Amino acid sequence: MREVRFKINGEEKVVTVESRTLLVHMIREQLSMTGTHIGCDTSSCGACTILIDGKSAKSCTLLAVQANGKEIITVEGLATAEGLHPIQEGFKENHGLHCGFCTPGMMLRAIELLEKNPDPTEEEIRWGISGNLCRCTGYNNIVKAIQYAGAKMRGAELPSTEPEFV
Amino acid sequence: MIPEGFSYAVPNTLDDAFTLLKEFGEDAKILAGGHSLIPMMKLRFASPTHLVDINNIPGLSYIKEEGGYLKIGAMTREADLEESALIKKKYHIFMDATKLIADPQVRNFGTVGGNIAHGDAANDHPAVMMALGAEVEISSPSGKRTVSIDEFFFGFYTTAVQHGEILTEIRIPAIGERTGTAYHKLERKVGDYATAGVAVMVQTDASGVCTKAGIGLTNVNPLPLRAKRSEEALVGSRLTEEDIAKAAQFAAEDCNPTDDLRGSEEFKRDMVRVITKRMINKAISRI
Repeated sequence: MREVRFKINGEEKVVTVESRTLLVHMIREQLSMTGTHIGCDTSSCGACTILIDGKSAKSCTLLAVQANGKEIITVEGLATAEGLHPIQEGFKENHGLHCGFCTPGMMLRAIELLEKNPDPTEEEIRWGISGNLCRCTGYNNIVKAIQYAGAKMRGAELPSTEPEFV
Repeated sequence: MIPEGFSYAVPNTLDDAFTLLKEFGEDAKILAGGHSLIPMMKLRFASPTHLVDINNIPGLSYIKEEGGYLKIGAMTREADLEESALIKKKYHIFMDATKLIADPQVRNFGTVGGNIAHGDAANDHPAVMMALGAEVEISSPSGKRTVSIDEFFFGFYTTAVQHGEILTEIRIPAIGERTGTAYHKLERKVGDYATAGVAVMVQTDASGVCTKAGIGLTNVNPLPLRAKRSEEALVGSRLTEEDIAKAAQFAAEDCNPTDDLRGSEEFKRDMVRVITKRMINKAISRI
């Protein structure tokens, strides 16, 4: 057993884990933060995506011991007392989810994407979320949600949230 | 899926890593990005008794031109390559390749050294490094040695890196004047291994005659494969449509793909031919 010290959503934690414990299991089972999901468990679907030192990562493919000394953000750390994070608002306003299973991973991935590229093209967004699978939406509203969040974060005019009929 | 139990060590220096590797012997595996190793451990295809995590060792992540070489530190992440101004400006083949390696989250962790040291012919960097004529620096307590990429791959998951050694740097002859590079792999979906992949480097003289060519193939042979006859068909040629078609045909004939879920042998050979032709033309367009 090993002790792992890290910060999660701004809070210092010390957790004892086996070397083989996966990071996603520590987060869900030992910290009871179940917003980070396990989908495929083979680093394909992105439902377990979190931020480690600002980088989006698939927490099913990292060991909990690798989190030592790092700063983690999960979906539980996005909203503040002032309200939703712009990416959460984007998903809400644009119907960027149906069942919601992929949503936490999608949002955390989108946050890193927007930090590196505040005004991405549609193609850049689609490549940027290519490691996250959604089986409900067909992605169009997820793309719109990310465009909305990008506009909000850089202080630009917000795009229309009216649904498109095609 | 949870791996079998193992001991975990995270040394802060290369010397400490060598000491641990010596102590643990053949039961130890090196953890770099971990995005090939950890999935294998979860599926219990690999069950190392000891993991030596080299992520805390400083000085193994860099991309720089020095002494006529592009030097890439073994722990350089795929995402670092993707975002490097030097790579964007001169080494277009890596912009082609990194975009097709797994997905953004995996590229945040996966390392260039790991992609090569894993010794998998389905990985993308081996063919790219063959096209570019790379050499690999392997470090051990007794010093450093350099191995040509052509002599690096021994067999499935087996490379020139011996127990107790660590791959530390990849060196590529710096791309000079009148040189173009390109890579593409056919994949069924994002994150898939290549159905077939082709890496190309061509250099010409001022009159447009090809003076140097490198062609590497991904996932169509038990080992990463250099398409020698294709390269020979280009060198000395004015890179006519006819010579390019000949080079592409040779690559299709000389690879050894197997039937699997990604396609039949016949289909894969034809894809090698098509992609080789396209990548030669793309590399030429970048000269």
